[in-house]
Amino acid sequence: MTDITQKANLLSIKNIEVIYDHVILVLKGVSLDVPEGSIVALLGGNGAGKSTTLKSISNLLQAERGDVTKGSIFFKDERIDQLNPSTVVKKGIVQVMEGRHCFAHLTIEENLLTGAFTRAVSRKEIADNLEKVYNYFPRLKQRRSSLAGFTSGGEQQMTAVGRALMAKPKMILLDEPSMGLAPQIVSEIFEIVEDLNKKENVSFLLAEQNTTVALRHANYGYILENGRIVMDGPANELASNEDVKEFYLGISGAGRKSFRDAKHYRRRKRWLA
Amino acid sequence: MGFFVEVLLSGLMAGVLYSLVALGFVLIFKASGVFNFAQGAMVLFAALTFVRLLDILKDTFAPITLALIITIAMMIMLAMAIERLVLRPLVNQPGISLFMATLGIAYFLDGFGQTLWGSDIYTLDIGIPKGSIFILESVFEGGVLVAKEDLVATVIAGLLVVTLAIFFQKTRIGRALRAVADDHQAAQSIGIPLNYIWVIVWTVAGLVALVAGVIWGSKLGVQFSLSLIALKALPVLILGGFESVLGAVIGGLIIGAGEKLAEIYIGPYVGGGIEYWFAYMLALGFLMFRPQGLFGEVHIDRV
Repeated sequence: MTDITQKANLLSIKNIEVIYDHVILVLKGVSLDVPEGSIVALLGGNGAGKSTTLKSISNLLQAERGDVTKGSIFFKDERIDQLNPSTVVKKGIVQVMEGRHCFAHLTIEENLLTGAFTRAVSRKEIADNLEKVYNYFPRLKQRRSSLAGFTSGGEQQMTAVGRALMAKPKMILLDEPSMGLAPQIVSEIFEIVEDLNKKENVSFLLAEQNTTVALRHANYGYILENGRIVMDGPANELASNEDVKEFYLGISGAGRKSFRDAKHYRRRKRWLA
Repeated sequence: MGFFVEVLLSGLMAGVLYSLVALGFVLIFKASGVFNFAQGAMVLFAALTFVRLLDILKDTFAPITLALIITIAMMIMLAMAIERLVLRPLVNQPGISLFMATLGIAYFLDGFGQTLWGSDIYTLDIGIPKGSIFILESVFEGGVLVAKEDLVATVIAGLLVVTLAIFFQKTRIGRALRAVADDHQAAQSIGIPLNYIWVIVWTVAGLVALVAGVIWGSKLGVQFSLSLIALKALPVLILGGFESVLGAVIGGLIIGAGEKLAEIYIGPYVGGGIEYWFAYMLALGFLMFRPQGLFGEVHIDRV
């Protein structure tokens, strides 16, 4: 895998703190960078703050009474943490939410077309774009006229990614694309993600619990635990790291161990400000 | 037979007017999941505004057109004000809070409209032909008697429904409205601005209220009781389904026709007066056996 860390940062999060409902502190100073044209994985267990990080970028937090109280988020050197979700999409960042969130009562094709809502371009251009999405996801073309609510989980995930693509994003925030899907579908979707990354030059920030698959396809990874980044590095280094192996990949050098012996990471704060 | 058709037709045409009011409810319910209790008040407010403007502008060159334009502008402003002052602060609150808020809007509009425009009964005449004609004379002996204004109302309502259906199914904004109705957050995530969508929905509902108000108003006179026809829209919604434009139309027709037929054919056996409660009984029956209504959206659940 090429070294992408040399490239300019497309997205850069500096030390953000997120509080829900004015009391619940979820992110405690998270910083991360997504270089242009890369796939960056954000790993961690349940409740670590992965989704919250993504939502603070797309600014869907407000809808859940969350608030970025400290720190800042830059996209192409422009501050975006105070923008409304629609403006963020116009700037070129689209989030594919956890659990797909397709519009159940719209057909697959209508779902895709809604993705182009923010773009004021000709019908022709939208039609071309649609055709392109169908090229990446041939399965969607077959099912274009069925209601999204009646399609399979894999097809819904593809619809959600396709819908995001219709906005012509520079960057897609992909939240837990593997959730509830068969391993075969998961790898199919990750292949397409990698394809999109190479051919369309879309950068991805990808929140995943499925560490194995995520690290196989990503360039760089961050591990989030309890609202803090505890470790980061190139994907192949993370995948061979003993701690990561032990905690996230279920591989241990010393065979089965007692839970008592399992160690927590030493927390490493990254105050960049 | 001719008499039966006559009763049926007059029922259907009354039903068209119920449909018009129910449509306003459906639009807002579809796009924001809010049961808008203020729809009746919006009908009254629109009709009052229109009829009083007509009076003020009666010496100008085109009073009806001018009054219509200004009323439409007022309904748009009303939609914007409701979005800004009521919906936005209550975003992501449970549905019941929003429902209570629309209750507040209803009382406000009732009061505000009458303070602004007075609370007398105004007659509204926009040139809808009055009187009755006989139709279908070749089919039935003596023909069937219908009121001309009912015919006009039917045509207008029909046009409105077709326009709305096209707007919802074929246009970019219509698609976005349906998307928002399905999933607020997902709609936001692809950049559909909710505030903008709400303004549009309330505007459209306001325009539907205007049409309903003008037609009802020219039939019964513009007065406070107009806002109570919202109560007649409830059984229509239960029958037709809360999410369906088509359901509102069919539901209205069934209730309208059912009411009149029941009054004529069953009424005499129970001493009459069926018309006033028939619709609610029908709705009750539906609630027990088909709570989503005839055309309500089937809940899609994946397990």
